[in-house]
Amino acid sequence: MLEIKNLHASVEGEDEQILKGVNLTINKGEIHAIMGPNGSGKSTLAKVVSGHPEYEVTEGEILFEGEDVTELDADERAHLGMFLAFQYPIEVPGITNRTLLRESYNTIARENDREELDPLEFDDYLKERLEVIDMKDEFLERSINTGFSGGEKKKNEVFQMAVLNPKLAFMDETDSGLDIDALKIVSDGINKIAGPENAIVLITHYQRLLNYITPDYVHVMMNGKIVKSAGKELALELEDQGYEQLEKEFSVNGEAQ
Amino acid sequence: MSETQALESMIGEEYKYGFSTDVEYEDFPTGLNEDIIRELSARKEEPEWMLEFRLKAFRAWQEMEEPDWFNATYEKPDFENIQYYSAPKNKPKLDSLDDVDPKIKETYDKLGIPLEEQKQLAGVAVDAVFDSVSVFTSFKEKLAEAGVIFCSISEAIQNHPELVKKYMGSVVPARDNFYAALNSAVFSDGSFCYVPKDTVCPMELSTYFRINNMNSGQFERTLIIAEDNSHVSYLEGCTAPMYDEHQLHAAVVELVAMDDAEIKYSTIQNWYSGDEEGKGGIYNFVTKRGACRGKNSKISWTQLETGSAVTLKYPSVILQGDNSIGEFYSVAVTNKKQQADTGTKMIHIGKNTKSTIISKGISAGRSNNSYRGEVKINKGADGARNYSVCDSMLIGQECGAHTFPYIESKNPTASVEHEASTSRVGEEQIFYLMQRGISEQDAISMIINGFVKEVLKELPLEFATEANALLDVKLEGSVG
Repeated sequence: MLEIKNLHASVEGEDEQILKGVNLTINKGEIHAIMGPNGSGKSTLAKVVSGHPEYEVTEGEILFEGEDVTELDADERAHLGMFLAFQYPIEVPGITNRTLLRESYNTIARENDREELDPLEFDDYLKERLEVIDMKDEFLERSINTGFSGGEKKKNEVFQMAVLNPKLAFMDETDSGLDIDALKIVSDGINKIAGPENAIVLITHYQRLLNYITPDYVHVMMNGKIVKSAGKELALELEDQGYEQLEKEFSVNGEAQ
Repeated sequence: MSETQALESMIGEEYKYGFSTDVEYEDFPTGLNEDIIRELSARKEEPEWMLEFRLKAFRAWQEMEEPDWFNATYEKPDFENIQYYSAPKNKPKLDSLDDVDPKIKETYDKLGIPLEEQKQLAGVAVDAVFDSVSVFTSFKEKLAEAGVIFCSISEAIQNHPELVKKYMGSVVPARDNFYAALNSAVFSDGSFCYVPKDTVCPMELSTYFRINNMNSGQFERTLIIAEDNSHVSYLEGCTAPMYDEHQLHAAVVELVAMDDAEIKYSTIQNWYSGDEEGKGGIYNFVTKRGACRGKNSKISWTQLETGSAVTLKYPSVILQGDNSIGEFYSVAVTNKKQQADTGTKMIHIGKNTKSTIISKGISAGRSNNSYRGEVKINKGADGARNYSVCDSMLIGQECGAHTFPYIESKNPTASVEHEASTSRVGEEQIFYLMQRGISEQDAISMIINGFVKEVLKELPLEFATEANALLDVKLEGSVG
């Protein structure tokens, strides 16, 4: 589904590379976790894959279902079924969640020659999807993320994902800042959404999320590259030993290569 | 596309009301002196008292200094170079649509304001002012059935002199300020509305102002009186052709609300704003003031200011009657090299008077947008309350937003609240919405509509769509 080949990227207009040759293949039906210390490039990877205009791909390519999407705008990637759950969801005052979601849903449907839903049909659909993340429908009338608590913002990201039903979702630290109850609700939601037809990439600092969601693969990112990939046991290993051991391993050759 | 580039392409949107109409005008000399004013008054066949009003104002104006305390720089108008009366030759005498010059009719069609009653928005009566004169007022008869007088101010001077004499200049005195004095001397037309006691005006009233003639200024005068326990909603719209020269628009609007009366006054201002370099465009120097004379009365100003090269305008309310309410809802959008210095004054005199100010400024391009507001609580205004919010939104890096709130309270029981914020339409907001599949244009439009929603919901329903569309066009291409 997603193939990232030798991806290099920098902040537009700056020389310093943040991604220094990422290779990653994701198939449908899979859940991946990307872990790594602060500043290793995890969030940048998520943004670059989603088409954030601040970054420039200097080398390599991103293929989604065989199509090169490296140069596509963020909305075009969203139309193809790519989704990003934001680490820091953005506030948009004056526009309700409901309005945003109906616009989003129908735009994506239109771009894919699927039928759009009228307001009544859409309402029914929203109600059904609210259950995924255990949210009240008054949530729909509130302005996008405006005045939401940290936990509500994260839940809202998962809710949007439940509504838009993307093929591929990058979830950037969706677990950080959640208390244990919220973490459970959010993980349950993600588990309900995960299926044989889609793929999910969890970016996280903590192993605790993986107690609730079982990844098929765990990758460790350091200094702009994926330095190690393995099964779910890698997360436990990291929890145990920290990143230090790995850092040492990879500094043998100087900078990670 | 970078934020600035996309922003600029959006701003580059053509002004679609910029055409001019080739009509024949009555000859009228250019310049400003007592003879000109006598000639103007004679052309309009005005009574002696009206001429006296004008001459007194003119003499006062001559002794006044042009103010320059605004946060705007511009070349001062050359008052000798303005034609103070510009009337199309074929002005209908009997207010029959058949007498209106077909070219003028066509102009209004093109502006989307057909003069034929059957083509107009249901429930909206229109007074059409073309340069210096009112060319047509619709639904007069229907309004008269309800007892409502709605006509041009010129007709009111002829037919209802006692009302005009009593109220004109009672809210904005002739010597109030430099431009009000000028207007009082040379005003040529405008709208007049009188709503009698216990009457709810059955329709929305509106005036559509069009400046066509290149050399003329527009000095309109509007007077609205709502007697005890009456209610009226009024809307004005404004457009002008694109000329390289600046044109002066100096209006005076006076509102009077008696006991339990309510006046809602809305403006959609879309005068030509000049080109990218600030060449041409209207100087919009307007004095608007309402007096809540009666107890429990209410005056509400709603404005969507998108046009003009320079706007200096502070619609105000004098809260005289106990428990009276003043409101000011404003969206001011500046783009290119536009400058706006706009806001309100709320003067609390009566007890338990209440005022609300919601001001939203959007600056794009290389424009400058200032909010200037004054809340004054007099000694006797026990229990007065004010709540003000001024939010500014910046689009791009080259524009400015400023806030100048003045608060003066002489009564310890009064409460005044002021909130202000400035934000920038950011790449992150746009990216967030685009990541949800929404196009860049729609994302920007959503962010801006969200920002101004609180104000636009105050506009009469009939005009809400127009206002939204105008906002979109105005800022199209301005963010990215």
